[in-house]
Amino acid sequence: MNNQQSTELLFELSKPGRRCHRLPACDVPETRPVSDLLPANHLAATSPSLPEVAEIDLIRHFNNLSTRNMCIDTNFYPLGSCTMKYNPKRHERWATSPGFANLHPLQEDDTCQGMLELLYEMQQYLCEISGLHAVSLQPAAGAQGELTALFVAAAYFRDIGQNQRKRVLIPDSAHGTNPASAALAGFEAIKIKSDTQGLVDLEDLKKHLDDRLAVFMITNPNTLGLFERQIQTITDLIHAYGGLVYLDGANMNAILGITRPGDFGADMQHYNVHKTFTGPHGGGGPGSGPITVRQHLAPYLPTPIVVREGDRYRLDYNRPKSIGRVRSFFGNVGILFRGYCYIRTLGPDGLKAVSENAVLNANYLLARLKHAYEIPHGDRCMHEFVASARLLRREKKISAMEICKRLLDFGYHAPTVYFPLVVPEALMIEPTETESKETLDAFADTLLKIREEPAEFLQKAPHTLSISRPDEVKAAKEPILRWKPAVG
Amino acid sequence: MAYLLNTADDQREMLARIGVQSIEELFAPIPASIRLNRLLDIPPALTEIELSARIQELAGRNQSTSEAVCFLGGGAYDHFIPAVVDAIVSRSEYYTAYTPYQAEASQGSLQAFYEYQTLICQLTDMEVSNASLYEGGSAVAEAALMALNIREGRREILVAESVHPEYRQVLATYMANLGVTIVTLPTPDGFLDPDTVTKAISDRTVGVIVQHPNFFGFLEEPEAVTQIAQKHGALSIISFDPISMGLLKRPGQYGADIAVAEGQCLGTPLGYGGPYLGIMACREEYVRKIPGRLVGETTDRNGKRCWVLTLQTREQHIRREKATSNICTNQGLFALRAAVYLTALGPQGLRETAELCLRKAHYAADQLTQLPGVRLQYQRPFFKEFTLSLPVNVEVLLVRLREQGYFAGLPVGRWYGPQLSQALTLAVTEKRTKAEIDGLAKAVEHQLAQAMPVMR
Ligand SMILES: Cc1ncc(COP(=O)(O)O)c(C=O)c1O
Repeated sequence: MNNQQSTELLFELSKPGRRCHRLPACDVPETRPVSDLLPANHLAATSPSLPEVAEIDLIRHFNNLSTRNMCIDTNFYPLGSCTMKYNPKRHERWATSPGFANLHPLQEDDTCQGMLELLYEMQQYLCEISGLHAVSLQPAAGAQGELTALFVAAAYFRDIGQNQRKRVLIPDSAHGTNPASAALAGFEAIKIKSDTQGLVDLEDLKKHLDDRLAVFMITNPNTLGLFERQIQTITDLIHAYGGLVYLDGANMNAILGITRPGDFGADMQHYNVHKTFTGPHGGGGPGSGPITVRQHLAPYLPTPIVVREGDRYRLDYNRPKSIGRVRSFFGNVGILFRGYCYIRTLGPDGLKAVSENAVLNANYLLARLKHAYEIPHGDRCMHEFVASARLLRREKKISAMEICKRLLDFGYHAPTVYFPLVVPEALMIEPTETESKETLDAFADTLLKIREEPAEFLQKAPHTLSISRPDEVKAAKEPILRWKPAVG
Repeated sequence: MAYLLNTADDQREMLARIGVQSIEELFAPIPASIRLNRLLDIPPALTEIELSARIQELAGRNQSTSEAVCFLGGGAYDHFIPAVVDAIVSRSEYYTAYTPYQAEASQGSLQAFYEYQTLICQLTDMEVSNASLYEGGSAVAEAALMALNIREGRREILVAESVHPEYRQVLATYMANLGVTIVTLPTPDGFLDPDTVTKAISDRTVGVIVQHPNFFGFLEEPEAVTQIAQKHGALSIISFDPISMGLLKRPGQYGADIAVAEGQCLGTPLGYGGPYLGIMACREEYVRKIPGRLVGETTDRNGKRCWVLTLQTREQHIRREKATSNICTNQGLFALRAAVYLTALGPQGLRETAELCLRKAHYAADQLTQLPGVRLQYQRPFFKEFTLSLPVNVEVLLVRLREQGYFAGLPVGRWYGPQLSQALTLAVTEKRTKAEIDGLAKAVEHQLAQAMPVMR
């Protein structure tokens, strides 16, 4: 992390004439000049002004830069809601085998039966784990899964002649992608209050139930790490008013093999394969956000879907009621592939043990911290919990952000801060099951220690990293979003 | 159990500290009535050795592009990937990190994404690039959403029929609930005639979408279309091929408003369709309407140059239902691939790659159009991909060619209907050799001779 090398930009390293990748000579006859093959009005006068560097420049640059990242492979990364669990190395090896990595998305089904079999089995597993009946592996991430499901809901209501259902109800503790997806699918997003326990406020929910109701989006366990105990009552109510229940599956890591969304009344859900089934997060992506739905919604799923006929697999495009597509080609197959490997490695007992240990680890950490940090929503949780620095801030002028920044000095990635919005000064902590008691103890000890440090010291943290407290206001006020050569 | 760490002793100590008797007790909030009282019905656990065998077995049932000679394109191309790309993206400092929310702990990713944004601006001559979208199809839809946002009140989008059919499907799906009319402009001559745009455009039009080169591989007239669009207050949205930027005019040079692309060709393996990379760049004036993450330069409290996520008030976690997009997780690692790839090639390498593609594609077209009854489907200039009209049904031909080890091209009639049932679209990258192209031409010649003895 303290590597001070190579903080120059690639463009500043560039020197005309340096090269890295070289191309072979052209082996077909060059009978005509380029200007004969392409009309002059289409040709650029010069090549793009890309940087010019040698191979070793490139390698040193990006390798040195990489040391300025925290990542799961070097640091505990308890980023709430993101399920930063260990990413097995075997997946990386298998995913790069040519038999999978070098398949063209439009090659014929006959030539990729192994790929289709894997995807077909993945479809089956995801249905079984959610207790729902049909699946689309197409969405590229959780947010696109939400959007896809809402497109499905819109198509369904159109199909059954209930176009007036234009409202999507969303608890105030929900992730920002929920209301954003609702708006993009043409719905009106309506906020439902949380009660004092952090659960859906049933009274407020009831006020919004009428024939304008389309979908209720719920995260369960919710973003406070609490299981919505009344889920069955809630889903019954939604159904009684003709609405659909959508489960935001970002928190599936808490309930694998314990309870299934289909069994508690969800009609649709997305998975974040990159979270629950450990696709590496890639510094921001890729993800994969497949959705599962109840039988009556299956006709509206995007195309294609893998079907099995005897011992052959094929992509089925012939689905007349389908919403169409949300992206080109099949989906984020590389992440689905890793999710498949993970499910096969753990099996049914293993997946259940994942959730048990994720919940155990979170509760243990909560127990170690609850006397020093305010935990507004009780002293038990599922796979994550939300602490609040509200009192610390009032009493000692220590904000959630300061605690996060100071944690970095100790080699811990920070929890998610200032989310969910229903908790002031929120610190959302998700340890995951791939961490040991020793790691959790050391992390808890650190948080207890930080709490006792002077506010002025914390306000300047981190003290040991390559940079500290970037000026975000300046970045937004006069945005510099690209390097430009100095003029003159 | 794989990847789990707590020993029985650990668990006991932890439970004692929590103050419960069993792990089961922690699940008390989940009512018994909805508990799954059986194990999940999925196959039993496999060790690394066992699963490795299973994966190899499945891989063995795929015929990959490393075993066949690949002329397939249609948005995903068999370009060469220099080893440096894989070397860098396989560093776990990059691939096991997440979105750089904590700037101090993420300068590596942040600087790399800032470099990516700059490289995309250089590649396109556009002013602003975001840090990635999912892939080329949803990038087109996001561009349309962005245009709707910029030209509020206008609700009609014009799109050329020669745009990738899957991208148009994505566009239609995204627009289906927003009261937007999509007008598909016919391209009977293999490109969008600017006059067609002039006739269709009105003050209701929010944007015109063109793919250049288009799905058939042929060049469009993006400059003329851009001028027509802008004259009517509509936005010009261009889906471009990043490799073509080594030769062709760049969207920024002819004044495009939004440029989008599938970035797979920039160092990403074919991978059966994903993860890929959605590229989006726009004019500076639209920066507050662009979807997705943006990395910006700033200074830290000691005055040191550094990078942060910025202009986040556009995004879902702040603006919720009013956000410019719902995107959260993006394709960061594939933006890194593109950054390394573009840097490894440099201006010279990109130009040479583009020129090799151009020459080899033209050589292939020359060889194939010498065969009886084979001609270019449209008389238009092309870059690395082109569409032939053959004297036979191409579906049958493709099966035969596959048996001889060629993925010979895309039967575009599948997307465009029976009038193109004899059309075949071939992509030729810098990886294809003269011998491979000659081999394909021979194999096609042989098949045509068999199919049409009378024509000999
Ligand atoms: C609760 C919740 N819902 C939805 C999402 C969106 O998922 P993704 O980032 O994969 O699009 C996230 C993750 O960021 C989340 O935490």
